[in-house]
Amino acid sequence: MGATRHPIAGRDDLAVLDAEEIRRALTRIAHEILERTHGGDEVVLLGIPTRGVPLARRLAARIGEFEGLEVPCGSLDVTMHRDDLRLRPARALGRTDLPAAGVDGKIVVLVDDVLYSGRTVRAALDALTDLGRPQAVQLAVLVDRGHRELPIRADYVGKNLPTSQREVVHVLLAEVDAQDAVMISGAPS
Amino acid sequence: MKRHLISAADLSRGDALLILDTAEELANLADRPIKKLPTLRGRTVVNLFFEDSTRTRISFEAAAKRLSADVINFSAKGSSVAKGESLKDTALTLEAMGADAVVIRHSASGAAHRLAGWVRGSVVNAGDGTHEHPTQALLDAFTIRRRLKGAGAALDGIRVTIVGDVLHSRVARSNVLLLSTLGAEVTLAAPPTLLPLAVDTWPCAVSYDLDAELPKSDVVMMLRVQQERMTAAYFPSVREYSRRYGLDAERMTRLPDHAIVMHPGPMNRGVEIAAEVADSVRSTIVEQVANGVTTRMAVLYLLLGGTEFPEVAP
Repeated sequence: MGATRHPIAGRDDLAVLDAEEIRRALTRIAHEILERTHGGDEVVLLGIPTRGVPLARRLAARIGEFEGLEVPCGSLDVTMHRDDLRLRPARALGRTDLPAAGVDGKIVVLVDDVLYSGRTVRAALDALTDLGRPQAVQLAVLVDRGHRELPIRADYVGKNLPTSQREVVHVLLAEVDAQDAVMISGAPS
Repeated sequence: MKRHLISAADLSRGDALLILDTAEELANLADRPIKKLPTLRGRTVVNLFFEDSTRTRISFEAAAKRLSADVINFSAKGSSVAKGESLKDTALTLEAMGADAVVIRHSASGAAHRLAGWVRGSVVNAGDGTHEHPTQALLDAFTIRRRLKGAGAALDGIRVTIVGDVLHSRVARSNVLLLSTLGAEVTLAAPPTLLPLAVDTWPCAVSYDLDAELPKSDVVMMLRVQQERMTAAYFPSVREYSRRYGLDAERMTRLPDHAIVMHPGPMNRGVEIAAEVADSVRSTIVEQVANGVTTRMAVLYLLLGGTEFPEVAP
């Protein structure tokens, strides 16, 4: 999730992706998922709240359009598994909502908006362990902004975005923010 | 949220809804293969019970364990308290052992409040005398919401009738405060002798006639007749009390079709509630126990899951 909490981007923000580019990136990721998983039969998409969830739904819809395949889609809240809980006041929980078929033996594709330190994904892997034993776990992100703090990489990336750690990346999605855009703010040093 | 949970009055509407929403998410845990979260690993929760209790203590213990906290159970029987140790000295002992939260039940009203002044961790009131029992009110609100409103909502417009021994009931006081905070309309139905003197200052209505209240109630909450706290004659006989304020099958038919019947337990079957009512589909009594664990998990998570509260920073 990283630094994507602010729904309204400031005036000095730079748009990195517009709605059309986000659409194309998701279309490409949907095709890549189908290719990498040999048709996507075993795939379960799990979005990480907040903005991973609508992204997962969009990917599922896209895969449905291409292959006529109904991909199970859900959400996975990682709050209780985070390693930085003690650094902030207790926060509200997001929703964990597994598809009826569960995750055992499936290829779980975790979906998030921004990949940054990798700590959210680490928490997601832990949360997933308590829910079942997937055949494989993959990761799809709309933006990879670098600066990893853990040995984690994404399998599907919408856009690689070299950033400075002082910068803030906002992903805006119509379902949550009334518009689609990826913005970057704070001048690079 | 404040650092301690002493009274239901400590909770703003926002706090209360945050606890209920958190509990709503945690409730899903019961259906999962692994019913445990690592969130409170390394934190210690002490259950300090000076009064007998089965469900509350077990409920807090289960809640803390599902969040991976270490739990120390302390009951007054067979401890130094039996040798005459004061509450303060007991508190200092716990403090020295590094308790992050103390869950206290005590027969004296105000014990939790006093304790909060002596320990650095969070204090959760699990019942102090005839004063308050805020987590019971939270789990009752959670149960009402799940049955009648659905996730995310407050309790606006829900009519709750609390029946019976209000005078000795910490459950009634906490429920009146919390349910009115959440927008419910609360009515107390009890004989005049079992109502506290200052009840006119409470945010609720009062009635002496249960039968008149039943047709307009969405929720009927039956209170236990607390014989052990009764030092005087509050009603002529148990039989007469049961006739006028007990909920039997005949009375239950006066309730609207959607109405639910609650009881905080333990029940006196045949006194305040008839067995066929307690076991009917309207009854939420077993649900309340399950919801108790979930709600207490939410409370412990919100008190202990984040940073330490600023005023306790060294």
